[in-house]
Amino acid sequence: MAGSAAGPGSPGRSPFVRGRHGAPALKRVSSRVRCGAVGGAPTGRPGDSWGVDSGTTIFLFLAGAAVLGYTAYHSGQRWALAARDGGATLHSRPHQYGWFVACWGMLPATAVGVGAWVIQLSGWLNLVEYAVLIAAFAVGGAGMWLGRHLLRPQLRARNALDRLIRRLLLAAGLVSILTTFGIILSIVFESIRFFHMVSFIDFVTGTTWAPDSAFLEGAGRGAEGASKADFGSVPLFAGTFMITVIAMLVALPVGLLSAIYMAEYASHGVRGMAKPTLEVLAGIPTVVYGFFAALTVAPLVVDLAGLLGLDASYNSALAAGLVMGVMIIPFISSLSDDVINSVPNAMREGSYALGTTKSETIKQVILPAALPGIISAFLLAVSRAMGETMIVVMAAGMRPNLTWNPLEDMTTVTVRIVDALTGDQAFDSAETLSAFALGLVLFVVTLALNLLSVILVRRFRQKYASS
Amino acid sequence: MNEQAIDSAPGASFGASPRLRQRYRRERRFHAYCIGALGLAVAFLIVFFADMIHIGYSAFVQTEVKVPVDYSEQALQVPPRAVPDDMRPFVSRGFLRQLPRVAKANPELVGTKQEQWVLATADVDQYRKGQKSALEEDVAARADRLQEQGRLRYAFNTWLFTHGDSKIPELAGLKSAIIGSLYVLTITLAFAFPVGVMTAVYLEEFAPDNRFTQAIEININNLAAVPSILFGLLGLAIFINFFGVPRSSAIAGGLTLGLMTLPVIIISTRAALRAVPYAIREGALAMGATRWQTVRDHVLPVSLPGILTGTIIGLAQAMGETAPLLLVGMIAYIPDAPTSFVDAATVLPAQIYTWAGMPERAYVGRTAAAILVLLAILIALNATAVFVRRKFERRW
Repeated sequence: MAGSAAGPGSPGRSPFVRGRHGAPALKRVSSRVRCGAVGGAPTGRPGDSWGVDSGTTIFLFLAGAAVLGYTAYHSGQRWALAARDGGATLHSRPHQYGWFVACWGMLPATAVGVGAWVIQLSGWLNLVEYAVLIAAFAVGGAGMWLGRHLLRPQLRARNALDRLIRRLLLAAGLVSILTTFGIILSIVFESIRFFHMVSFIDFVTGTTWAPDSAFLEGAGRGAEGASKADFGSVPLFAGTFMITVIAMLVALPVGLLSAIYMAEYASHGVRGMAKPTLEVLAGIPTVVYGFFAALTVAPLVVDLAGLLGLDASYNSALAAGLVMGVMIIPFISSLSDDVINSVPNAMREGSYALGTTKSETIKQVILPAALPGIISAFLLAVSRAMGETMIVVMAAGMRPNLTWNPLEDMTTVTVRIVDALTGDQAFDSAETLSAFALGLVLFVVTLALNLLSVILVRRFRQKYASS
Repeated sequence: MNEQAIDSAPGASFGASPRLRQRYRRERRFHAYCIGALGLAVAFLIVFFADMIHIGYSAFVQTEVKVPVDYSEQALQVPPRAVPDDMRPFVSRGFLRQLPRVAKANPELVGTKQEQWVLATADVDQYRKGQKSALEEDVAARADRLQEQGRLRYAFNTWLFTHGDSKIPELAGLKSAIIGSLYVLTITLAFAFPVGVMTAVYLEEFAPDNRFTQAIEININNLAAVPSILFGLLGLAIFINFFGVPRSSAIAGGLTLGLMTLPVIIISTRAALRAVPYAIREGALAMGATRWQTVRDHVLPVSLPGILTGTIIGLAQAMGETAPLLLVGMIAYIPDAPTSFVDAATVLPAQIYTWAGMPERAYVGRTAAAILVLLAILIALNATAVFVRRKFERRW
């Protein structure tokens, strides 16, 4: 089963990788799959764990573990039933003694199996799969024997199981922490490698992003490159900034006013219709927005600009920004709606009692009160816009362009990440690694925005918690 | 109601004061702005769907042409000879290519001549649908003549659903992408559902209120807001480069999406667990059940609809996600559906992305058709979630 896969044993060249090379390049992103280190994931790793035998091994392991667990469970339960018939007072129910023995059998076996797998992956030792299986089941059998002999009528099997389950649940909770660490580690390590090649100052202050000659260096033809590769990220951040600003110019007024309408003006029925309708905007996949932006909005922008006597690019920042703004509307509207709704009613009533109109109440009482929450929604939306990928990959340009003109094509951080990692480069080339450096910046900025937003909204909630 | 009465009849009783009239005018203007904003968002949605349907609907039918097909031995040696020279520009290469296979499967055809409806080329199809086409003028004129003779017709584009990707526009289908999506979502579900529910159960039912628990909570909220592309970087660096998962396989993509979906499932499961009244837990605990027995036998069963709703919504989100999958290599050209979790696979959104980048005009319609298929699946998933919530959720 696994053998027919990408054939990772052959150094990094699966059949489809070759097939892709003959393909016409995508519009702008050269989408050839890299056949270097990334493509051939486990190049030169001894006894690759995803080889032909891994499927069989996993199957044998699971089958064996099931048999082991079943046997252990029954032996434990039988013991408990016999003890009960013999007149002993059991602390727990008989099946709980069964589970107790089963856990004593299966957990050590699983530990051996997973341990062997990790050792195999890290490449310290090349383990023979059958030896691992036999070792795992031997350990499991021993565990079962031990568990069986721990059984006493007064053994608190139920409590032990509860403790075990609590630990398992905790372990599941750790997965999310590990994910964060995984993101941080993977980005930071590769970024450090990148900053060994390119100085941090150049990266932050440089105004030219021209990684193309890094490709020649990577191919061992550095001398042919007319100039050295430049990794000045300013144009990318300028592009990201520009598109984010355009998106927020669309999303903030539309989203906020919609939220005000739904929270303050709309009847119950209208609100019930409008809210899910806006949520649909959030449910449309970004690749679909990207297609819409590139195919429909971009030509429209060009035509409109032409009417005004302006020259617009078909990959203008404006088109991407407008569509991204529409995508962001529901984030702003639903978050602001929540915040406006949780402004205490007493404030509204007090204001009406002074004879204000509805809009005066909204503008002078409700919005100021809800401001921290609205700012928090805004920050969250900005972080969403900065990290958005597909719309800009499909609708914004590939050319790093430092300009104030939104009708020109500009590129963003996320576009360069995708471009660098779907290009045709060895994994340790500077261009590929630059994607991780850009990812690091993106992570830090969005993290800061998110945390700030959380703090603001928490402050808002505390202020009105009593009501 | 009272205020609205005043709103709708501004100045009726206070008409004398110009300042008041001005304030009411401002009120009406602001109200109009609010309606306008909402209207703008809804209008966009309508334009968007109309545009997609407008571009995409024509790709669900495909032109067929009636040609005499020669199943003689010589023709089967060189399939293009099976159709008359003057018809050849109309007939798709896909049909000609599979002729020998058809003849082998139906030996009684060999040596006969059949009048047959066969798939036309994308150019003819585009020309007939009035879209931009690279058809040469004389061929176009002949197409008009064939049309008059009734030798061109539309047929439902079953090919789109029964075949995989292709470099020939009229032969490109979604089958491999749809099956790839299924494989990827299976992995996503198998990973994210148990881990997510377990995490939520731990946080809601077991965790002591300490720094560590708070750290997990903050971390989950933060993960929910991390840009999806960073999950792609994680998948590339950890799953593919470190763990050696095959690139562009369903397992690499599914695990990456699984990590991304995890916070969604955790957050909605916690909300569902929190909605269960405490009395239910106390009742079980009073009967001598352990914490875990309480959760397993009483809390989880009643909160299951909420958990499932959140899971389906998370899956719908994962189904439409593209960016992280591009980074784990799922933009490769994959004509065949995967048959295992380690095969190279592609998914529906990635297929849309690839087709959107194709230079041939005929792919535009196919892309929009693929988008309509994707949107239909997403709407179905979300409708299921709404149905589950309406039908099974208990309010306390």
